[in-house]
Amino acid sequence: MERLLSIIFIYILVENFVLQRFFGICPFLGVSRKMETAIGMSMAVVFVMTMATIVTWLLFTFVLEPFNLQYLQIVTFILVIASLVQLVETTLRKISPTLYQGLGIFLPLITTNCAIMAVALLAVREEFVFVEAVVFGVAASLGFSLALVIMAGIRERLELAEIPDVLQGSAVTLITAGILSLAFMGFRGMLSL
Amino acid sequence: MSANNPYLDDLSRGIIRENPVFRLLLGMCPVLGVTGYLINGLGMGLAAAAVLIASNVVIASLKNFIPPQVRIPCFIVVIATFVTVIEMLLQAFQPALYEALGVFVPLIVVNCVILGRAEAFASKKPVLRSLVDGIGVGLGFTLALGILALVREVFGHGTIMGPGPDSAILLFGEGFEPMALFGQPAGAFIALGLLLGITNVIFKKFNIK
Repeated sequence: MERLLSIIFIYILVENFVLQRFFGICPFLGVSRKMETAIGMSMAVVFVMTMATIVTWLLFTFVLEPFNLQYLQIVTFILVIASLVQLVETTLRKISPTLYQGLGIFLPLITTNCAIMAVALLAVREEFVFVEAVVFGVAASLGFSLALVIMAGIRERLELAEIPDVLQGSAVTLITAGILSLAFMGFRGMLSL
Repeated sequence: MSANNPYLDDLSRGIIRENPVFRLLLGMCPVLGVTGYLINGLGMGLAAAAVLIASNVVIASLKNFIPPQVRIPCFIVVIATFVTVIEMLLQAFQPALYEALGVFVPLIVVNCVILGRAEAFASKKPVLRSLVDGIGVGLGFTLALGILALVREVFGHGTIMGPGPDSAILLFGEGFEPMALFGQPAGAFIALGLLLGITNVIFKKFNIK
C-alpha cells in the first residue's frame, strides 16, 4: 500500500511526466491554449493511458515474455495504443460531438503522444507488478493532466500580456513551461521508490 | 531555394524553412529529453534521421499497395520495424549511448516528425524525392538537437563532448561554476524557448518564409 501511494505521489509531482521527464510535449504545447480543450484532452489521455498500460502489461507478461518475443515489443505496443485511440475517437464522436470538434486533430494524434507509449514501456522496464503498473498508468496520466491544466490557465492569462515581438507564440510558451518546471523541481528528492 | 530543381528544394526545406524543431515544433520530447550532452543529442538526432530516411523510402515505394483507409497503421508498423532495428543496433554497437538515451530510443516510433513526413510527403511523392526529403528533414532535426545540446552542455556543465572524464573537454578550466539550471529539465524548456526567439530574429532579418 505504501509503495502504491509513493508511486502515485512520485509520478504526479516528483517525476511529472511533462515537466520533469519530457513525455507528451506535443499535446502539452498544442492543446493548452484553452482550458476547455485542455480538460477534454486530459480526460482522453487518462482513459487511453490507463487502458494502454493494462493491455500492454498483460500482453507483455503473458504473451511476449513466455514466447521470447520481446523484440516485438515496440510493434505490438504501438498497435495496441493505435486501436485504443480509434476506440476513444469513435465513442467520443457519438457521445460528445462538441468535445470531438474541440479536440480536432489532437485526438488521432494521441497515438503519437509519447507519454502513452512511455508509460507502457516504463511499466515493463521498471518491473512493476500488475497493480503497480495500473496505479503507475493512472498517476502518470494525472500528472500529465495537472501540467496541461495549469499551463492552460497560465496561457489564457498570457494572451492579455505584452510580449516582445520575437518571443511571441511558442517561444514564450516554452519559457513559461520552463518556469513551471522550475516550480516542480521543488518536489525533487522528496520520495523515491 | 532554386525553384526549378525539386531535389535541392526538398533537401533545403527540411533543414531551414521547415525545420521540424525550430519552425514546426514537432517531435519535441526527445529534443528536450536527451539534450543534456552534445553526444546524446547528436546520437538521438542521427538515430531518428536513420529511421526517417528508411521509412520514407519504404513507404514511398509501397504507396500504391497500401489501401488509403488503413494507411496510418501501415505507416506505424513500417516505422516501428525500423525503430526496433535501430534499437538493436545501438544496443549492440553503442551500449553507452543506448543507456544514456534510455526509453527515448523506442519512443522514436511515436515521433510526430516521422509519421508527419510519411503522411504529408512520402505517401504522395516518388521514392527518390522521399529519400531526399528524409535526408533534409533528418539533418534539420539533428542540427536542431545539436544546437540545443551544445548550448545546454556548455552552460550547464562547462564541457564539450561529455559526459565522462576521458572524452569531456573542460571549456573554462577547473574553477568554472556551471549554471546547473541548464542541465535540469527546467533549463531545457527555457533554453529552447530562447533559441526559438533567436531563430525568429534571424528568420525575420533574412526574410525567410
